[in-house]
Amino acid sequence: MKESTPLMRFVFAYRRNTVAVVGAVLLALIMAAALLAPWVAQQNPYDLGQLDMMDARLPPGSAASDGRSTYWLGTDAQGRDMLSAILYGLRISVFVGLAATLIAVAIGVLVGLTSGYAGGRVDALLMRVVDTQLSFPAILIALILIAILGQGVGKVITALVAAQWAYYARTTRGVVLVERGREYIEAARVLALPKASILLRHLLPNCLPALIVVGALQVASAIALEASLSFLGVGLPITEPSLGLLIANGFSYMMSGKYWISVFPGAALLLTILCINLVADQLRDVLNPRLRTD
Amino acid sequence: MIGYLLSRIGQAIGVLAVMSFLVFFGIFAIGNPVDMFVSPQADQADIARATAALGLDRPIWEQYGRFVGNALSGDLGRSFVHGTGALPLILERLPATLELALVAMALAVLVGIPLGLWAGVQPDSWIAKAIMGGSIVGFSLPTFWVGLMLILVFAVELQWLPSGGRGPVTVMAGVPLSITSIEGLKHLLLPACNLALFKLSLIVRLTRSGAREAMLQDYVRFARAKGLATRRVIGVHVLKNIMVPIVTVVGMEFGALLAFSVVTETIFAWPGMGKLLIDSINLLDRPVVVAYLMLVVLIYVTINFVTDLAYSTLDPRVRLGGASA
Repeated sequence: MKESTPLMRFVFAYRRNTVAVVGAVLLALIMAAALLAPWVAQQNPYDLGQLDMMDARLPPGSAASDGRSTYWLGTDAQGRDMLSAILYGLRISVFVGLAATLIAVAIGVLVGLTSGYAGGRVDALLMRVVDTQLSFPAILIALILIAILGQGVGKVITALVAAQWAYYARTTRGVVLVERGREYIEAARVLALPKASILLRHLLPNCLPALIVVGALQVASAIALEASLSFLGVGLPITEPSLGLLIANGFSYMMSGKYWISVFPGAALLLTILCINLVADQLRDVLNPRLRTD
Repeated sequence: MIGYLLSRIGQAIGVLAVMSFLVFFGIFAIGNPVDMFVSPQADQADIARATAALGLDRPIWEQYGRFVGNALSGDLGRSFVHGTGALPLILERLPATLELALVAMALAVLVGIPLGLWAGVQPDSWIAKAIMGGSIVGFSLPTFWVGLMLILVFAVELQWLPSGGRGPVTVMAGVPLSITSIEGLKHLLLPACNLALFKLSLIVRLTRSGAREAMLQDYVRFARAKGLATRRVIGVHVLKNIMVPIVTVVGMEFGALLAFSVVTETIFAWPGMGKLLIDSINLLDRPVVVAYLMLVVLIYVTINFVTDLAYSTLDPRVRLGGASA
């Protein structure tokens, strides 16, 4: 019999859903395109030297005026190649979404571990804060933070973190409450291991499956939330043109039938969010111990 | 019950106090709105005079104390930009937002419950699968993107409906309404659909899972055995029992709808208070931002409170005040 590692089992279980596999492959391509934007895009859309005003607002598939390249997705009001702008925009959107998620996970896990392990008054107080915050919609929390902090990359990330950390705190605490009664934790306590070691080396790994599932879903909503804020004009500054800003820029041209300036960045945003959700959905099924068929 | 009521009210007031503190200090800690009001040639004396006129020369604690005192008597400060009271400015736009949110919620409920029932009663039919697939899409699409697509399809390409604005309003009992005229309804339809979509998906999923669960219960089997028509079993017996979670969610989500209307109002140029918020953030009009946030938090806390009470009245099994998990 062949030896099966947990990773192999995971891959095997994941592969059973074809749609999820397609989602994962597409997502990998999108991430690669975002990461490699400066190398795969045919122009740097923010280097004014590479733009030609003669090429402004060309429909998709038009040839560039220098005759050497084709604007497959058209150009915007400054003669920018939309495909290149989308790749650069994707890079910013994904970076902001991932950065916000990682920080929110770190804070949420810390609060969740503390709350679940300490119990009692600490737990009651922390969970009161978490519940109160979860009763407000994320966009309202983000708007409050933006109104307070103002615009900027760091500030938008802060707003996203503030809107999302509570989900991770809840999730982590839920797992800790279940796990801390288990024998291996009792054993670790009897061995008088330091608290930090029990929390980080024994409890945290068991929280990971739940965190990965929640995290995957929240990355998608972080990206969507940033796009919404940027679209409203209160998110990222124009020096960091994410997909939301690209969509906002094209909005005014949509009324005159120049749909591509808005629609293609929107399609890129949508595809990214959809792929993340597909992958997250399958992860939830695969990582859920209740559904495991070993 | 009284004890629960009191502690719940105390909690609500606590949230309001913390929020007012955060919002006030947060917003007043950044930017200096005086720069916007004095000309670039103004000398130090002019700036000092403008600062004093806005009350910004006082210590921040004193400003906060005055803010809270005034807020309790319904005065949330004056708009720097409009020169009028911040609260009246927002309240003037409240009916437009409320109308939009109410119509959107009505749409979500009236369309969502039948669709959810269908998907829950016949979970294996292709219609049910299409409904559930649609609800996932409704969840994943960002609101602003759906709004853009609605405009592109129905306003730009088909030219059936206006792309923005509120259109003519009829004043009824002092409240301007769009819903009373055909032209007003035309303006209302797209933004309401836009705002409704997310909640619609939520209600479909909630109704479906509730219906699936209820269909397996003994009382449904007995009702069927008794020879009741399927329509009556579903319309009366099933529906009644799944109303509790639905009412709760509708209540809770109404506040979220007010918050989300910021996005929809901006896209459709709907003259509500959400659009005012975005404009005020961009203009550094602090009193209006503070007043808006305080008002929405107040509405939100009130809705949560009322929903909690309604929940306990609707479902006698919910025991309040006891040990909460």
